[in-house]
Amino acid sequence: MAQHKVNYTQDGGLPVALTSIDKIVNWGRSNSIWALTYGLACCGIEMMASGASRFDFDRYGTIFRASPRQADVMIVAGTLTKKHAEFIKRLYDQMTEPRWVISMGSCANTGGMFNTYATVQGCDRVIPVDLYLPGCAPRPETLQYGVMLLQKKIRANKAGNAQKPKRLM
Amino acid sequence: MRAYTPKDDVQAKSYYTDRYYVAPQVPKQEVETDEAFAADLAALKEKFEVKEAFIQMKQMIVYINANDIYGVLEFLRDELTYTQLSEMSAIDWLAKDNTFEIFYQMLSMTKRKRLRIKFFINNGDAVDSVEKLFRCADWSEREMFDMFGIEANNHPFMKRILLPYDWQGNPLLKTYPLEGDEFAAWYEVDKIYGKEARDVIGPEIRDTARVDRYDSERFARLGFEVPKGTEITGNEEPNNQDYQEEGGVFLIKKFTKESSKIIDDPQR
Ligand code: SF4
Repeated sequence: MAQHKVNYTQDGGLPVALTSIDKIVNWGRSNSIWALTYGLACCGIEMMASGASRFDFDRYGTIFRASPRQADVMIVAGTLTKKHAEFIKRLYDQMTEPRWVISMGSCANTGGMFNTYATVQGCDRVIPVDLYLPGCAPRPETLQYGVMLLQKKIRANKAGNAQKPKRLM
Repeated sequence: MRAYTPKDDVQAKSYYTDRYYVAPQVPKQEVETDEAFAADLAALKEKFEVKEAFIQMKQMIVYINANDIYGVLEFLRDELTYTQLSEMSAIDWLAKDNTFEIFYQMLSMTKRKRLRIKFFINNGDAVDSVEKLFRCADWSEREMFDMFGIEANNHPFMKRILLPYDWQGNPLLKTYPLEGDEFAAWYEVDKIYGKEARDVIGPEIRDTARVDRYDSERFARLGFEVPKGTEITGNEEPNNQDYQEEGGVFLIKKFTKESSKIIDDPQR
């Protein structure tokens, strides 16, 4: 044994980190949650603020994409009208698995103050939702916290195809 | 047997009404009190039949025959300088005498006057489109069709404007409930998943104050969250949600309150 033995697996001896496939895949997934730009009403303004420099979503790897095919999470920010319901379903179907949905604000959660004929009473009537953010509108901090909770949720998943695809029915 | 309640006005009403309340009326003035309006009305009367005319809130209101509307608006625009159609729509008087009242709000920029042309049509009748005179009437007439079901003759594209094309019902009618009829309540479910899905998805919850702590499908108790669908016993363990797991995350530093710096200076 050499006197000055290097413990290669510790203290930065080698650029090696030991982990499991699940962890590394989930690390990648949870830190590159690309969000579909989905501002439907006033909540969309708060979503934009979260993406802009003051709150800076890029730090989380959350970058807004204009196409559902490149997005991992759909942030439903605003009032979902009945006319629009079929389109949200169509866009959700275009997203690739694994996909998540954050329902942002009272309107997306429950219809909010719009207790009328034209508003869908909660977007979970149309698509499965992972996270509900309360507020009218939620502050950008709430959305940041929501994204961090979503990261935690993603890390708890298995990486393989064993994940059950989410379906409303 | 329960007493029959008329269904001609199903809008929600305030639960308290003053028995001695008399709705205030805006006072009406003679048209002769305003020179410009009097001249306009005289010119209008030469060509068209005027049923009634008066001034309210410094605006002249003129009732005409339904068939004259195109001619009247053309005359107002070309001869009397009422070059702008600010707004037009209908008022539902179906419960009273089965008619709609249609109004056209006009503005003259040179005279600085506003006047309102009005007429009545029976339920089911169509109005003449004024889209050829004022482009803005295009969408207004479509909206009137959408909201009241009143069609406009000679309109280039007589379709719904706000609601989807396959919608049933006209929401601004007083017979239309605010929260929607059966068709509206199931619209998105029927359209996307089909009628069979009604049982699975369930009816809308319209009670905005509803909270049920034993329903873990729809509600979560803050700090005591359980997985969706769990039976709630009331002895749930506190379940404080943190944004990161206790053990830490690969390559990500955990933020702790102790290591944070609180910035007190608001002018930073
Ligand atoms: S929850 Fe409030 S802020 Fe958000 S879309 Fe609805 S009304 Fe607007």
